Amino acid sequence: MEILVCVRRVPDTSENEITLNGAGNDIERDELVYSINEPDNYAVEEALQIAAKAGGNVTVVTVGGEEDEEILRREMAMGASQGVLLTDTAFNGSDGRGIAAILNAFVQKGKYDLILTGVQAEDGGAQVGGMLAAMLDYPFASLVNSIEVLDGRKMKIGREIEGGNKEINEMDLPCVLSIQTGINEPRYVGMKGIRAVASVPIPSYGAGDLGLSAGNVGPAAAKVRRVDYFVPSLGKGAEMLNGSREENVEKLVELLAAKGGLK
Amino acid sequence: MARIFTYIMHRGGVPDDTAFELTAAAKKIDAAAIPTALVTGWGQELESVCNALRAAYAEVWKIGNEALAHPNAELIRKALAKVVPPASIVLAPHEHFGIDLAPGLSIKLDSPYVPDVLGIEGVEGSALKVIRQEFGGQVSAHVRCDISSGAVMTIRPGAFKPIESNPLSGSIVDKSSEVGPLTSGRRYLQTIAAEAGEVDITKHAILVSIGRGIQEKDNVGIAQELADVLGAAVSCSRPVVDAKWLEKSRQVGSSGKTVKPKVYLAFGISGSFQHLAGIKGNPFIVAVNKNPKAPIFQVADVGIVDDLLEFLPELTNKVRDTRGIAAK
Repeated sequence: MEILVCVRRVPDTSENEITLNGAGNDIERDELVYSINEPDNYAVEEALQIAAKAGGNVTVVTVGGEEDEEILRREMAMGASQGVLLTDTAFNGSDGRGIAAILNAFVQKGKYDLILTGVQAEDGGAQVGGMLAAMLDYPFASLVNSIEVLDGRKMKIGREIEGGNKEINEMDLPCVLSIQTGINEPRYVGMKGIRAVASVPIPSYGAGDLGLSAGNVGPAAAKVRRVDYFVPSLGKGAEMLNGSREENVEKLVELLAAKGGLK
Repeated sequence: MARIFTYIMHRGGVPDDTAFELTAAAKKIDAAAIPTALVTGWGQELESVCNALRAAYAEVWKIGNEALAHPNAELIRKALAKVVPPASIVLAPHEHFGIDLAPGLSIKLDSPYVPDVLGIEGVEGSALKVIRQEFGGQVSAHVRCDISSGAVMTIRPGAFKPIESNPLSGSIVDKSSEVGPLTSGRRYLQTIAAEAGEVDITKHAILVSIGRGIQEKDNVGIAQELADVLGAAVSCSRPVVDAKWLEKSRQVGSSGKTVKPKVYLAFGISGSFQHLAGIKGNPFIVAVNKNPKAPIFQVADVGIVDDLLEFLPELTNKVRDTRGIAAK
């Protein structure tokens, strides 16, 4: 089974305080720690597990620039057989649909039985996988938290729905699935593994290679555009305890006693 | 101005709350809008939902098909692509079904898609300006969408308050015959109910809830110690379950349990909207987080910026002292 996993490099919100830059038109990116988008990493692990059972290869692809090669190599160190970079100045400023169009053009060049994405990106909204599937006319399922490969080019997949319930569906291949975190336990990647793939060439494709023009991608095609970032003032916010740890503990115990937290 | 449609989620013949939130969102786009409800389903349930919507919608489009008895987004997308006129604006709730349906629907309707909208500022020319959140809610963004060829948008549940107004007596328009036979490469098999855990966090008045900040499985014990001295249960946010540090039945949030405690202690939880959606009944919320920008501080009653691994044991000791419990 040939599996393609679409991944992205994003600022890691568990490692960063996100603040605005001086102009307010972007977040402050100078000090950010970047990593692979967390659900994408689960998607790669799932692809590797499927390939281990059913045979085949896992390719990881991203739309971006040279700085994104690091996450491709990280996923290759996990076991992906190939990393591919889709890069072109014409791609900058694409909206979600533009990114899906770039991926669609790449998918058309190959032959994949299964395409996985993470359920959503830190700055996205769970959109590219569903759009890509519609462009390809492949069946799609989102929030997938279990996959079982069946005979006859079919899969049985579970979707996470409300209240921890699970919706089971049968999917025909080829299909596109967006993968929810927690579906598996992604394997550890050590420095040794990264070093082992450090010099493996990563092919790159630009707009010309993919038959794309400014009409399909980039700012001219983007109907959805971020204008600026801001920090909303939401209600009163918490009463912050700013004393020493000992003072804060004491104050909190008083408050808990008053609120019925100490029965 | 484009015609606005709302996609109605329903269960057991009753429309979801979002059916009325979406009309409020439609009015924010265009105060003069008379939104039309899109309802898909089959049989008596479909009839009941359509009838219930007549009080809130001037027009209800009924799309009945036996294949739509279970909400399979793949089939519903095909049905909607046949009946929705070009250049319309379609609103759907941003939850598991909307995420399934909407991105692909925007491609099939050849219109832009804006996910997870929680505020609408209005229309200037052909541009609709909306508000989204990014980076786990740490920052918000104004987003401009060109709606000259319509748009598909998913609206965050709870973000728009339903508008109180006199009941209408809307008409039901049967669009079923425009759809034709529906098939898909995705077939619904069954729904498996969530497993009950050994501890029922929905029954507890006090919850000691932990998030990613607990850092490793071995640290869960320090939260359990506080819970023990408080007579509380330990609950958690999604990353703790993803990491297999606690079982799924301990998870608070839209994909976990909905809880109604009196006191909710959030340790190392950033406060994503999916997590907050599981906390009801307006409890007293205490948040301890290393990140002063964590969204949880916007909804907490009391906040402390500290490392929970240091703070928690001291709090446990203090509670023990206060209550005269001997240390273990």
